[in-house]
Amino acid sequence: MNARFSRIIFIILSIVLSTVSAMAASPIKIGALFSITGPPSFLGEPERNTAQMVVAEINKAGGIKGRMLELVVYDSQGDATKAVQAATRLIKEDKVVAIIGPSTTGDTMAVIPIVEKAQIPMISCAAGIKITEPVKKWVFKTAQNDSLAVARIYEHLKKNKIGKVAILTVSDSFGSSGREQLKNQAANFGIQIVSDDTYGPKDTDMTSQLTKIRGSQAQVVICWGTNPGPAVIARNAKQLGLKLPLFMSHGVSSKKFIDLAGEAAEGIILPSGKVLVADLLPKTEKQKKSLLSFVKDYQNHFKAEGDHFGGHAWDAVMLLKGALEKGADTPAIIRDQLEKTHHFAGIGGIFSYSPEDHSGLTRDAFVLVEIKNKDWVLVK
Amino acid sequence: MQFSEQLIQYLLSGLSTGAIYALIGFGFAIIYNTTSIINFAQGEFVMLGGMLSVYFLSKLNFPLPLAILAAIPLATAGGAIFERLAIRPLKRATHLNLVIITIGGSILIRGLAMLIWGKDTHAMPTFSGDEPLNLAGATILPQHLWIFGITLLLIIGNKLFFNYSIAGKAMRACACNRKAASLVGIDVRRMVLYSFIISSAMGSMAGIIIAPLTMTSYDVGIMLGLKGFCAAIIGGMSSGFGTVIGGLLLGVLESLGAGLISSGYKDAIAFIILLLILFIRPQGLFKKVETERV
Repeated sequence: MNARFSRIIFIILSIVLSTVSAMAASPIKIGALFSITGPPSFLGEPERNTAQMVVAEINKAGGIKGRMLELVVYDSQGDATKAVQAATRLIKEDKVVAIIGPSTTGDTMAVIPIVEKAQIPMISCAAGIKITEPVKKWVFKTAQNDSLAVARIYEHLKKNKIGKVAILTVSDSFGSSGREQLKNQAANFGIQIVSDDTYGPKDTDMTSQLTKIRGSQAQVVICWGTNPGPAVIARNAKQLGLKLPLFMSHGVSSKKFIDLAGEAAEGIILPSGKVLVADLLPKTEKQKKSLLSFVKDYQNHFKAEGDHFGGHAWDAVMLLKGALEKGADTPAIIRDQLEKTHHFAGIGGIFSYSPEDHSGLTRDAFVLVEIKNKDWVLVK
Repeated sequence: MQFSEQLIQYLLSGLSTGAIYALIGFGFAIIYNTTSIINFAQGEFVMLGGMLSVYFLSKLNFPLPLAILAAIPLATAGGAIFERLAIRPLKRATHLNLVIITIGGSILIRGLAMLIWGKDTHAMPTFSGDEPLNLAGATILPQHLWIFGITLLLIIGNKLFFNYSIAGKAMRACACNRKAASLVGIDVRRMVLYSFIISSAMGSMAGIIIAPLTMTSYDVGIMLGLKGFCAAIIGGMSSGFGTVIGGLLLGVLESLGAGLISSGYKDAIAFIILLLILFIRPQGLFKKVETERV
């Protein structure tokens, strides 16, 4: 009875106290725009989860300078029109000081004119290189550019003196952006693309493409896509007895891919954000602390493994937190402070923004991992 | 690698995908022939077959054969319920209404599947191992043999059912002339229900036998459904030989197109064929083979 009474007192007290502290300072409103449903929901859902988790953690620790954060989340459904509507609503009605998201390059490109006009800083979680090249005054991003992932693979091939590659890319925006990068950068690394094929995002059999590749002079196959296509390709390659080493993109750097491809995943090499291999990283690694805390928090909150998509949202909230902690409270000062971010060790990499660079990452954002015994191993 | 070996591989890959298209196309044809509506929810039963087996297999830890045996009746029941709730209550609905209802139904089923099982893709083990079989320089998986075998059995079974059983003959009578069929005492509505049951059972089986190769998720039904529809159109919506040839032809052309021309045009090939057939021979390529249908 006594214990119960004290618990009730505690609850009442905490309610009273929380309203008091809320009255003390109005919350800081942050907008979030993710494709929680729709085809890119595999991005938006972990991003939303992560953003809410980080905001909750920050508030639990007393907020920023005594002010709580309030996250207003809208679903863009991966639809540019809806993204624009939601962004307008965030700015006009909710009067947010900054926006996190959207999840996809398409949505982001559609929203850019709106935030530029309203002068609200936005930290996109999408990867497209177009978002920050050329630099837009109010737009930043956290996801690693595709070009960095491509460079990482090519670097590895060059080191191993491999010059002829076959590329097999999915015919959606992720795949075509990867394909463009693979083709553009090949010459810089002395690599020749001897076979260039695509497949549809919902295709169920890629043996034709792989048979064609087998008939070419390629020494390795680089496949660019998101699940489930690459898993089908891995299985098809095994079926055909294709001996060529298989490289994948960071689009499949999650345990799910290993589940789907099963045995066929063995030996596949791919560039990945560091979150997958957080515990394998050397102690000297600057990001290790952030990575481990993200992985642990995500596990506690959602009983699931944090992936690097969630990491993009983690970075976005933490970058914003950094700017707010430096005393920024209006959109313009937040923007200026964001741009001054220097050596922030997040999930996606070590961010250093500058007036010329709003994507802030270098090639070290990716590590190459190989799948061995259904787990990841760092490729040296 | 020899060009001829490549060609054999293209053909084999094409035939195995084509067999699936044929099986799905069959479901379209059966419903079309008894109700003269095109059931665009057909692809969703393919999805249900695969997803239910995965669910029984991984969540409830059923052994594989049991999971499959549990999934088929459940997906079939889904088809029957769909007919009862969405098709039967409509009095004097035009064909266009019914077709639109099936599209609505497919969106509903897909949405429910997404809510229940989530948006992830799921893998399913193969029926008898992953060791590739060598065939004249080309390779296929044991699962492909299952696909060919089950497709063949289902097609023969259908042929027998429609030609020799009372219910099958009654269903064909409905296809010829609904009014006349009901005048001679055939319960047309029951035949419509049967057609939904048969086609959803076949669809779910197609979904199950391909899931080990292609994996499955809540939205696999859309594309597979459309390809099956193409196969049925090429075959002139006949529930027989035509659809089988239609499916195989589609699969082989896709595979050859991807291998010899460009993989970018793979889906375009299927839909160009569909359009050409609709423009030039709307009755299908094999009208002479199947003349019973009116």
